[in-house]
Amino acid sequence: MNPNAALHDCRDAFSQTLEALAAERDEIVAVCNDSVGSSKLSGFKERWPERLVNVGIAEQNMVGVGAGLANGGRIPFVCGAASFLTARALEQIKVDVGYSHANVKLCGISSGMAYGELGPTHHSTEDFAWLRVIPDIVIIAPADPNETRAAVRFAAEHHGPVFLRLSRVGVPDLFEPDHEFRAGQADVLRDGRDLTIIANGTLTHRALAAAELLAADGVEARILNMATVSPIDVAAIVAAARDTGAILTCEEHSIRGGLGGAVAEVVVQEAPVPMRILGVPPAFSPTGSANYLLDEYGMSPAGIERSATELLARKNAALTGIG
Amino acid sequence: MDPNSLAVMANRIRMKDLETVYRAGAGHIGGEMSAIDILTTLYFHVLRLDTKRPDDPDRDRFVLSKGHSAAALYVTLAERGFIEQAQLTTFLQPHSALNGHPNRVKVAGVETNTGPLGHGLPVAVGMAKAAQLGGADWRVYVLVGDGELQEGSNWEAAMAAAQFRLDNLTLIVDHNRLQQGARVEDTNQVAPIAQKFAAFGWATTEIDGHDIGAIISALEPTALIEGRPMCVVAHTHKGRGISFMEDRVEWHHKVPNEAQYEQARRELAEASK
Repeated sequence: MNPNAALHDCRDAFSQTLEALAAERDEIVAVCNDSVGSSKLSGFKERWPERLVNVGIAEQNMVGVGAGLANGGRIPFVCGAASFLTARALEQIKVDVGYSHANVKLCGISSGMAYGELGPTHHSTEDFAWLRVIPDIVIIAPADPNETRAAVRFAAEHHGPVFLRLSRVGVPDLFEPDHEFRAGQADVLRDGRDLTIIANGTLTHRALAAAELLAADGVEARILNMATVSPIDVAAIVAAARDTGAILTCEEHSIRGGLGGAVAEVVVQEAPVPMRILGVPPAFSPTGSANYLLDEYGMSPAGIERSATELLARKNAALTGIG
Repeated sequence: MDPNSLAVMANRIRMKDLETVYRAGAGHIGGEMSAIDILTTLYFHVLRLDTKRPDDPDRDRFVLSKGHSAAALYVTLAERGFIEQAQLTTFLQPHSALNGHPNRVKVAGVETNTGPLGHGLPVAVGMAKAAQLGGADWRVYVLVGDGELQEGSNWEAAMAAAQFRLDNLTLIVDHNRLQQGARVEDTNQVAPIAQKFAAFGWATTEIDGHDIGAIISALEPTALIEGRPMCVVAHTHKGRGISFMEDRVEWHHKVPNEAQYEQARRELAEASK
């Protein structure tokens, strides 16, 4: 990883792609809760003012309106801060979107701890857990601008509910511009036999940096970018367990019920190996930026390296029957 | 259908609803009896629908927001020809498509899944917005209970409907003045409903929700006001048509015993003469 690599706000890739799709397809509309600016919809509004449905500060209505637009043949991209979209309107997401199998694209903007110092009211570190238990919602957390573009295109093509979990925290380019997104399939970004690190969203580039630190110590980590949290890539997880014997997960989400939980559900039932789940601990976060808090919670590259080394020791102890 | 034929149909739907709930041993009969004259008028006089093409893009949309009145909707859909009459006997049985709340994935003619209250109006606003964006002439009708208006999501949607000038949207409030556990006024009063919607920028009208002629008039295109969504406050009686159920809180979801069932059948049969 180049420490001087330019960092990108993935909301830009999101809104550019949405506008490109809207230019191709009249059915595409955007729905928002007064979040024209924070959802980066100003350009969309300028080009198609009538197709920007701003319901005001009213998330329950926003999601219901999205389901109704889908019933009327539109493809709504329903955009709002991830915490308000998912927490305030959870029952609408369950009933109007999931259970009704409405063709609604839920776009959780500034997810995780992206709002940093604004505090836990604005953090969305529960959304994987809440939405993952609702059947049939495809949940995607892209890791860079090109994966974001591909995920937005997938959402428009896929008939059914999708939740795009987006961030505003800068990330470096990881994928080529022609990156093809395959829902439910993890990408092997780096191969290795000692352990596997599974990450998505803002954590993928941190996991890659940790792999470089591990390699310097002679430890070869497989890095899986698991953008799709539901449906989870069972085959990639089982292969990782069998090939490398230990799995570390990293996410900008609670350690309860998120990516780590989804991976663990597969591991314990299909291929039990030592695991460690890195993420946001079950406590309301102190004041701090997202990057500060990720470091604080052991998810700096060095922190991930440390957890990987501990996990590797557990794996080796288990293999030799010690400990 | 003319008003007399609609009244005959409504009586028939009441009878079948009673049978359906009695057979299943469960249901929400009180609020079904209060809504049946409205449902009948919608499905047999107002709504532009094609039973052979339940997903026709140009169909009118009807949303039963008070989803617990599902049995009344199923009976109406069966009478209208969307589902088989024989299917009604499966109501609430294991794996039946007809569970206690309507499911659009399983039942032709259902537009969106409802059950928790306060969901129908927001979805209906989205439907009406879709028609407005497409310059389409289909209309959207949504039926809510009065107690249901205690859910705040309705008022979010009420604001948006007026803001978007959705004159292709009609909300009908089944104002039977009773909710599950008590009178609405003794719980969290929502009246005066028409005044509230008027203050939100809606056109409003108040009718006797059991007077079929009045329901027809309120839903006539001539009753609409350009640029405004329409709220029809339908004054109704829970348990309408069955003397011992009328205006009684306990008949929200009570099931008649054999003697009560026979008496209810006699009363409905008498009314049909």
